[in-house]
Amino acid sequence: MELQARRQNRKESRPAMSEIEKTIPIEVLRYRPEQDTEPVLQTFQVPFTDDMSVLQGLQYIKDYLDGSLSFRWSCRMAICGSCGMMVNGKPSLSCKTFLRDYYPGGLRIEALAHFPIERDLVIVMDDFIEKLESIKPYIIPKTPRALSEGEYLQTPEERDVYEQFSSCINCMLCYAACPQYGLNSKFVGPGIMALLHRYNMDSRDGGTEQRMELVHSEDGVFNCTAVGYCSEVCPKHVDPANAVNINKTESAKDYFLRFVAPKGAAK
Amino acid sequence: MRVVGQGEMHVEVFEADIAIVGAGGAGLRAAIAAAETDPVLKIALISKVYPMRSHTVAAEGGSAGVVQAHDSLDHHFNDTVGGGDWLCEQDVVEYFVAQCTEEMVQLEHWGCPWSRKPDGHINVRAFGGMKIERTWFAADKTGFHMLHTLFQTSIKYPSIQRFDEFFCVDLVVEDGRVQGVVVLETATGQFTLIKAKSVIIATGGAGRVFRENTNGGIVTGDGMAMAYRHGVPLRDMEFVQYHPTCMPGTGLLFTEACRGEGGLLLNKDGYRYLQDYGLGPAEDKPRNKAMELGPRDRLSQAFWYEQQKGRTIEGPHGSVVHLDLRHLGEAYLRERLPQIYELAEEFLGVDPAHTPIPVRPAVHYTMGGILVDGNCAAPLAGLYAAGECSSVGIHGANRLGSNSLAELCVFGKVAGIEAAKFAKAVAPGNTASLLKKAADSQRQAEQLVTRSNGTERIATLRKEMAQTMEDGCGIYRLGDTMQATCNKIDELKQRFKNVNVEDKSSVWNTDWLLAIELGYQLDVAQAMAYSAINRKESRGAHQRLDGFEARDDVNFLKHSQAHYAGDGAPRIDYGEVKITKSRPGTRAYGAAGEKAEQERKQASHV
Repeated sequence: MELQARRQNRKESRPAMSEIEKTIPIEVLRYRPEQDTEPVLQTFQVPFTDDMSVLQGLQYIKDYLDGSLSFRWSCRMAICGSCGMMVNGKPSLSCKTFLRDYYPGGLRIEALAHFPIERDLVIVMDDFIEKLESIKPYIIPKTPRALSEGEYLQTPEERDVYEQFSSCINCMLCYAACPQYGLNSKFVGPGIMALLHRYNMDSRDGGTEQRMELVHSEDGVFNCTAVGYCSEVCPKHVDPANAVNINKTESAKDYFLRFVAPKGAAK
Repeated sequence: MRVVGQGEMHVEVFEADIAIVGAGGAGLRAAIAAAETDPVLKIALISKVYPMRSHTVAAEGGSAGVVQAHDSLDHHFNDTVGGGDWLCEQDVVEYFVAQCTEEMVQLEHWGCPWSRKPDGHINVRAFGGMKIERTWFAADKTGFHMLHTLFQTSIKYPSIQRFDEFFCVDLVVEDGRVQGVVVLETATGQFTLIKAKSVIIATGGAGRVFRENTNGGIVTGDGMAMAYRHGVPLRDMEFVQYHPTCMPGTGLLFTEACRGEGGLLLNKDGYRYLQDYGLGPAEDKPRNKAMELGPRDRLSQAFWYEQQKGRTIEGPHGSVVHLDLRHLGEAYLRERLPQIYELAEEFLGVDPAHTPIPVRPAVHYTMGGILVDGNCAAPLAGLYAAGECSSVGIHGANRLGSNSLAELCVFGKVAGIEAAKFAKAVAPGNTASLLKKAADSQRQAEQLVTRSNGTERIATLRKEMAQTMEDGCGIYRLGDTMQATCNKIDELKQRFKNVNVEDKSSVWNTDWLLAIELGYQLDVAQAMAYSAINRKESRGAHQRLDGFEARDDVNFLKHSQAHYAGDGAPRIDYGEVKITKSRPGTRAYGAAGEKAEQERKQASHV
């Protein structure tokens, strides 16, 4: 049968077993709160091919070596933001970090820095979500518009002003990179500042004033010491450091203006 | 260690008016619609992942909605119904196309960063099987932007209470209607009964039952299986879409927008092979509904034939063809297809401005799903479904690209409004007796862990399932291989009873969740395989090569309906197809399609 012949062919065209017998040591920080008093490192020898991601390495461990290893993942293509973790100490999306880059020495994988570990590579992300919810991350219309009136007009240039900051996938790598957030988790942090900036810069939005209260507060932008590591680790080129810095300037301006302009002093 | 299933049974109770399972595009849109219908209604929005992780996030190309002066709702209707090989519910399609644009505008008002024309109006692009450009897009991250817009907007509504990272294990059905859901909190292993007067399922598709697919790990058909187990039929499950341009090995998606923007498909000789499969003429820039802008089923089928003829390129992950974007230039690609550019560079080491991208078809979308009517209501009172998990009837035997994102909005909203209406009309259920049912569901879920003698490895069962689905229910299908797949799934369901969950702990026990998901997947896979073998014709994405190569409108212009039968094979019966204004005709594309359309027009003028 034609179809069966084709299948046979396809199977033979896959890499021979000998090719995938290369192995790489993956050290994983384990923490099972019900049995470990503190996190412990565990090493697995994982067979790999050159196109395998770190995530695929973890999946191999879970499927064949230790079913109890826990980690978040879903899309495999760097858009869902689930699989952030520390790879050799650097905040990374495991789905777009490749094992070949760590061969033959191996790699160490740990939960994202600066967050409490829930279990193994899973962190508690409540703080991030609460911050996201707190900044009114939605359009507060400058000019309300009925659906029957169609879309707001927004030129490509007006869109470009905020588009980059709207590309944040909430992976939280920037929080794991931010030394200030590590010291003081009250700091609103890079990713959420970028999101806030995204709405403030949107030509359809009129909610800046409401949001800037958060920026002025002591947990706002002035916590940032301009290290810029957040932008370096960002997998989507959002450049949160830029958002924070623009808002430092804005915040300083507002702070000054409220002594001269009655509107600024309204609060 | 607190071991699962030890200690007292304890189920928490949360009282809601509406429970929504799944917080992707459809679930979020439903939640907002319900909240806007009546702010007094308490809405529980349950998701096994944080909403922004939902698989809507991975949709790339765009979302349909008629906007151009020379376009019309009739055109969108005809494209959709013809694209679905006339297996669509035409009254539902009529409603759908009439609502799409308003929903896209609604998203715009909520902040979705749609790509724009220089004058500030939203821009649209061409898409496969669509006669006129009507696909709204946000670069090539449309699903991402729609999902984040909906999620962030949902935060405005205090009546939406989210249950993030709560895994749904069962529906609670009593007195002939659904009255809530039982959820497991991933972080603690604790169970909660969410009492609700109506329930919306919005859990997405089931593409992960196949080996090579574009889907995220979470796309495991949970809601389909839960409804199915409670007697709700799964409709048209044999129709599974292969997307023609995916990354070899991983199956990751290269959006159809690559071709909408002018990308070409080449075989090993650099030849645009689609012209050999009734899709020509091969013009430099493919005209709409021709060549590279043909529908997905036809393009995946053409790939299969090229492979048969030995005209594909052999790679480490099977045969491939080339998706050529080079002529579009780096600047244009970076603007219109930035994510595609990065995927090619980072995952394949290919710079698409200089080298063609190797691609092959992979499973992408489940056309069928939970049977619902045009109001998103399932035959079980109080139950609604929207999005990929549902079969509301707009996709027929083959979905057109950019209709599914529009579907999330249009029918998410309908489901939210209808579920709100239902919730206001019925009295709350009896907590004590619902709790008893919830405790049963908990026991059943815990049994997977507490049973101590399991020997079957989860990954092994999952891989065998995915392989047999690919073998038997792929792009082309044969009776004997489909039978082998049915037998294999039956066998795997038996072996699943002996599955071994290694992890016994309560906190973030993903081994346990994977086992529950595998149970869901096996039921859905079984519905697909049995629906497929029983359809003795070829239509849309269901193509046979064993004597049933033609469409058979006499016997099979019908929806299949798979009914759950426990350990046994599903019972398959058939439902009528609603035809309003488009009689089934020849489904043709390219020059042949234009000719057929002319003839239809003339015939209707007579």
